[in-house]
Parts: sequence; C-alpha cells; structure tokens
Amino acid sequence: MNKLKPNEKLDVHKILEGLENYHPKRRGWVWRDIAPQTIGEFTYQQASPSLKNFVPLPSARNIGNIDPQPDAVITTEIASGRFEDDIRRMRMAAYHGADHIMVIRTAGQSHFDGLLEGTPQGIGGIPVTRKQLRAQRRALDIIEEEVGRPINYHSYVSGVAGPEIAVLFTEEGVSGAHQDPQYNILYRNINAIRSIVDAAESKMIMAYAEMAQIDGAHNANATARDAWKVMPELLVQHIINSKFSEKIGIKKGNICLSTVPPAASPTPDLKLNLPYAVALREFLSDYKMRAQMNTKYMDSSTREATVTHVLNLLVSRLTSADIQSTITPDEGRNVPWHIYNIEALDTAKQAMIGMDDLLSMVNLNNDGYLHDKKREIQERSILMMEEIIEMGGYFKAVEAGMFVDSGEYPERNSDGISRDINGGVGANTVIERDDDYLAPVTAHYGYNNVEQYNEEYIDNPSKLIDGCTFENPEMIKFIDELDDTDNVYLRMEKTEKYRTGKILKPEVEWLGDGTVVVDLFFPTSERIAEAAAIETGKKMNLINIEVIHKEILHPSEGTRIQIKGTFDFDIEVDKLVLPEIIKSYSEDEVIDFIKKNPIRVVAGTAGNDEHSVGIREVLDIKHGGVEKYGIKYEYLGTSVPIEKFVDAAIETNSSVIMMSTIISHDDTHYKNMKKLHNYAVEKGVRDKLILIAGGTQVTPEIARKSNMDQGFGRGTKGIHITSFIIDKMREMKNQ
Amino acid sequence: MKERKDDYLVRREHLKKLSDSELRAYFLELSEKIVDPLLELSYKNTTKSIERSVLLRMGFSSIDAKAIVDILNENNLLKKGAGHSVYILSKNKSMSLEKAGKLIQNGDEIEYLLEYFKSHE
Repeated sequence: MNKLKPNEKLDVHKILEGLENYHPKRRGWVWRDIAPQTIGEFTYQQASPSLKNFVPLPSARNIGNIDPQPDAVITTEIASGRFEDDIRRMRMAAYHGADHIMVIRTAGQSHFDGLLEGTPQGIGGIPVTRKQLRAQRRALDIIEEEVGRPINYHSYVSGVAGPEIAVLFTEEGVSGAHQDPQYNILYRNINAIRSIVDAAESKMIMAYAEMAQIDGAHNANATARDAWKVMPELLVQHIINSKFSEKIGIKKGNICLSTVPPAASPTPDLKLNLPYAVALREFLSDYKMRAQMNTKYMDSSTREATVTHVLNLLVSRLTSADIQSTITPDEGRNVPWHIYNIEALDTAKQAMIGMDDLLSMVNLNNDGYLHDKKREIQERSILMMEEIIEMGGYFKAVEAGMFVDSGEYPERNSDGISRDINGGVGANTVIERDDDYLAPVTAHYGYNNVEQYNEEYIDNPSKLIDGCTFENPEMIKFIDELDDTDNVYLRMEKTEKYRTGKILKPEVEWLGDGTVVVDLFFPTSERIAEAAAIETGKKMNLINIEVIHKEILHPSEGTRIQIKGTFDFDIEVDKLVLPEIIKSYSEDEVIDFIKKNPIRVVAGTAGNDEHSVGIREVLDIKHGGVEKYGIKYEYLGTSVPIEKFVDAAIETNSSVIMMSTIISHDDTHYKNMKKLHNYAVEKGVRDKLILIAGGTQVTPEIARKSNMDQGFGRGTKGIHITSFIIDKMREMKNQ
Repeated sequence: MKERKDDYLVRREHLKKLSDSELRAYFLELSEKIVDPLLELSYKNTTKSIERSVLLRMGFSSIDAKAIVDILNENNLLKKGAGHSVYILSKNKSMSLEKAGKLIQNGDEIEYLLEYFKSHE
C-alpha cells in the first residue's frame, strides 16, 4: 500500500499487513514552509503552501474553492480508544489542514511501569504501543503523500516509563511529544526525584530524534480554581522545563511552550489573556509557542466553546503561535467525535486565514494597561522563583505546596499541590551510578564510563556494540499481540461488514457505532423538556439515549435539548435511491449550440426572498453563470412576485424562467414552484416556457414534483443549467 | 504553604527599577539556579526505566528488557548499568548480546557478573 486516491478508502487491513518489517521514512519534527502565498486575487502574508488534496471551508464554494493554509502547524487530538478507527479520522483531519496529529494515551498508562504491547482498546485515549504507533505512522506516511505536506505525529513521554517511551518514539518515527516532569509530579503523583532523573534521559533521546517537545504547564490553569490567577506560576513552570531541556541539548527551536489563554468569556477574556500572552512571549522568546485552546471553561455548548476558541485564536494572531492546537468543541461533553475534530480544525484555519497579517494593521500598546499588567505578571513570576531558591530549590518548593495554589503569587491560599519528596509512585527507586557505570548506546544522558573500554568511543558509546537500534533499525524487536481477547483483529472482525462498502451505519467515532444526535426544542421548562426529549428518542427507535446538552431559551417558554442515542439498524447501500447526477456538456459544445439557437432567460428571487447570491452565481459571466455560454438574461431583482416572472418572460420573448427560492420555511419553495407553473398555465404559455427553480433546499425531484421542468440545488454551476436548457429545447423541438 | 495576603507591592520594591530587558535577564538567571541542581542530580543517577530504555536500544524487546532489569536490580547491579552487564557478558564470553541477555534473565550469569564487577572495582 503506497499511494492513496481521494476516491478510495484507506484499507486498515493493508496497514496492518507486514507491519513487523515497516520502518518510518523519517524522524523529527517538520515546521511549515512559511512564505507569503498568492492564491487567485488574494495574497496571504502569514501563510504556507496549499495542499495537493484538501477539503476547503464551506464558503470557499463561492470563492473559487481556494484553501489557503496559515503559517502555524495545526494540531488535532485523535484518540477514541480504537486506533484503527482513528486512522480514518486522521486522513479526514489532514484534508482539513491538520499537520500535527496528537494521540492521547489511555487512562492509567502513565502509571504503567514499562511499555504496553499489542493493540488493546483504550479508555479516554489509546494504549500507546509499538504496534499502534507503527500502524498509525505508516498510515500517516501515506496520508502525507496524499495531501502533499509532512504530518507530525505526537504523543506523551511521561509517567514512570518515560525514557523507554522516548526510545520507542524515536524508533517509530514519532515527531513530537509532551515531556515535562512537572506534569508527572503535580498531576500524576509520580515521585519528584524519579520524574526529574527520567526526564533528563527522555529529553536527551528526544533531542537526538529532533522531536518537538511540548511542556505541560497548561495543566496548571486547567487545575487551578481560578485559572487566571496562576499566570505568574505558568511562566515559572514554562521556564523550568524549557531551561532544563535546553541545557540537556534540545535545540531551542524544538522547545515548545504549551500555552493556553487561561480565562474565557464571560470574564473580560482579552483583558486577562492578552497581557499574559505578551508577558510569556517576551520572557520566553527563545522558544516556540504551542498555542492551545481553553478547556477549563468549556461546557456542553459547542457554540460557546467555538467562540472561546476563536477568541483564543485572536490572541494567537495578536501575539504569535508556531503551533496552533485545537480543542474539539464537544470536549466538554464526550471524547471527541469525528465531526468535531474537523470543526475545530476548520475553526482554526478559518480564523487564522481571516486574521492574516493583522499586526500590520493594528499595534499592541506599549504603555498603559497592557504594559503594566504584563510587567506585573512577569515580576510576580520572578518573585516566585526567588522564593523557590530561598526555600532550598525545586524539590523543597514542591514539598511545601508552592505550585497550583489558588492565590495569585505572592498571595497564598494554602491549597497548592504538595508532594512528599519520598512519596508518590516510584519513590526511592533512583540509583546512583558507580564509577564504572556504562550504557553502550546513543543519546544517553549523564555519567557514562565509555573510556574504560575504548577512549575513541566517548562520543559514540553505541560503537561498543556496533551501533544500537537508532543506527540499525533492523535490531528493533517487534511484538505483535499479547492478548488473545483484546486486540485489533477481534474488533475489526466484529465490524467487518461495515468495511465492505455494502452496509452503512451512522457513526461518531467507531465504525458501526450507530450513534446519532437529535437536536430538539420543546416549548416548556428544562425538567419537562429533558424527559420529553428522552421519550422522543425512544419513539424514534433510538437506544442508549442520553441528554448531552441543554440550554434554557426561557424558563417557561422553551428549552433546547440535544440527545444522543444509538440507531441500531443497518443501511444497505444497494437498496438506496441515489440522487441523480446532473449532466453537463462541454463548454465548447454549449457555446456552439447557443450561438445557433439564441436563448433568453428571465431570472430573479421569488416572493419575499432577498437571497440573491446564488442566482447571481449561476447568471453572471464572472462566476461562470449561464451568461458565459451566450445566454442573454433579464434580471428581475429580488422578491419578485411570481406573476411577474411569467409576464416578463412573455414581454421579453424569453423561453426560460430561472426562479431562485431559498426560503424553505413552511414549504414556501414548493408553493412558489406550483404557483409559477399554475400562472404560466393560466396565461397559456406553460408549454412554451422552460421553468427552472433553484436554491439551497431545492432538489431536482422536489422541483419536478412541483411542476417545474427541473430544479437545481447546492453546488450548481451555470454549465449544469445551460446543459439542461439545451436538452429540454431539443426535446421540445422534437415534440 | 501558609496562607498569605498579596504583598506584591512590598516584595517588588527591588524589581521596580529594572528595565524590561534587565527584568528578563534576571528571570533567566534565576531559572538556571533552579534547574542546575536538577541536571546534576540526573547526571549522577539512573532508574529502572532508564536502564530498560538502554536495553531497548541494544535490541531487546520490552518484555526481555523488563526481566533483565528486574533481576539486575534484585542483585544490586543497576548502578553498573544494565547495558554494561549485557555488554561485558557478551564480550567476555563471545556471545551475542541477545544470548547474553537471555542468560542474565534466566539468572545463569549473575554470579559471574557480581564477581566480574567486584574484581574490577
């Protein structure tokens, strides 16, 4: 399996075949190729080259289907628990502009003392194993060819097996990783000394593999009571990990700060977040910024989360972002679903492209509130560092509960996370190296007595063993499966029918999961609406019904409820009635016909409809409308009374009426069509006229049922309509 | 930490006069003071995970690496480096690294290693 075509599905079976002999084609992190881009009539300054294959933003349909790509690497996190299904999502994400795919580990993996193997199913993430990594990297190696841009693959080097994971990641071509011992210590209660010693080795390995390293400081604002109060501490956590990494040898350009705007509206979002973003970027300007979106103040509203995230993107554009990470807007209610990864990616792409070159037009003030607040955050962080040193260093400060206190430093509320230096997972497991300590491998940190065996190999200890797996990948031992009852083959066997292309089921994360969402409004109070929603789901034959979102529109007048449930039926593809494919002739053929048979059209939007974008698109020469092919048209304007279409056609001796009808409320569009037909009949001209209706909610079937000659929906071009008119005229002549 | 009111204005007195760039330089200077002892600690020590990571790089599977490190740890040999034990056994007894690892895992060569390291101290 080497090449993928857009119209072919990625075969996961083939990805798993011969995996034991697969090695990734490259190592290390890849940044985008940043340079201004001219696409059509627009020039983008903060941009990178377009993709070979992509899905553009929805409204690009009206802007030549362009898909400009911003400068920042864009991240999406994909880990549904089944890595085989995640592969399909990765491909979709790549088409929408993701070039940093992050895999979240299954719950509890950070406390597992060693590497996991095989492909067990995960909870809230996936068990990261050699087989899983290799399969996904192999898929990404193919997908990156398909989209024409390198894709960075990423997971976590943390827990009590950090160094082993760092080796595994290097061997399997993982391009970036979270690595921050403070995360282990504060949030995973892994012993502080153990975490630091392991981290040094992990960082050394990551430096060798040229992985991008992302820190864990953002967790402080996710954990703290009031996220905006930990801002001084965030600067401290960032510099501790960054300086530690730099001194071990990770190049500055690969040290990335995971920074999240701590606050979210309804706080005065920018007044809190912007000074912090400036303070951070100024103090840590040696390193890269991985701008993450806020999760702390997410609820179940995907709309609200999206607005918060767009404000976060504004902060990124007002300051900087080397990696722009995305949080799916459904993360406040479930493990992310396919559609929300894509929504989040589109949100980032749309906002960043929309705010292209913002700082050439607006400046951040160097005095007043922004400067003073920024300086205050910086000074507070320095005061915190002074106290850490005064207390006797990092470990003492951790023991004292200095970190993640809810008070804005130097205020202290005595509720910080405190870790006993002799406590936590892996306590007292650090061993002092003897004078003759040796590790005959590449990228090993610290004392290593190579000279006792060969002085020439001091800089290349692995030469003692003729190279290690980093130089000789064929030395790597691949373990396939360890569990006969929990592995990818068993899972795929159960869902195999959905892979045949013959059977479909709606899906949110796993093939054949059957999950659907129903969005409902009830004109009643919250409590009753909730019960009514569940009852509605039952009557729709859904099972496992759960309310996933509710919003009060008014305490008594109405409530919005979203439910999810399982739709447990298979859809047989062969029995589906597919919408017809709209025929079109070649441009030359069409132009030639119209030259010989001139055609006049009257057109406009019907009734009370003011939506004129669509009709202009299919009329004007500029957008490739019917005019382009020689058709003469009379544009009657918007909100044209139905009678006027027919009267104008008679008056101008036109043979075609093109009526746009967007409003579908109360079936207005069908009613307009029928009315048009009836009036033409009444006037005695129906058999001389070609009646065409168009609009976003119009389908050919509906239009014809409503007595139109043809209907055109979304995505229609002038060539489609012209081709139809030609066919119809030929047919009329023959009659 | 004990509860404390925000005394930022008092504490900041000595920072007030620093320019923005001096402030940044001081921030970076303090960070070195915090991380230097961490680097030193890491330089001198090892852990089971580090030793397993060495064995992975020497071509052992995760399962074998774990077993080798566990038995070497029980015999207080990790301070020499797990890779060291495998290396020396393979070198001194002319066998592959893989074979040496298997023998250690089975407990067959622990005595030899203890003896070897003792005689080289």
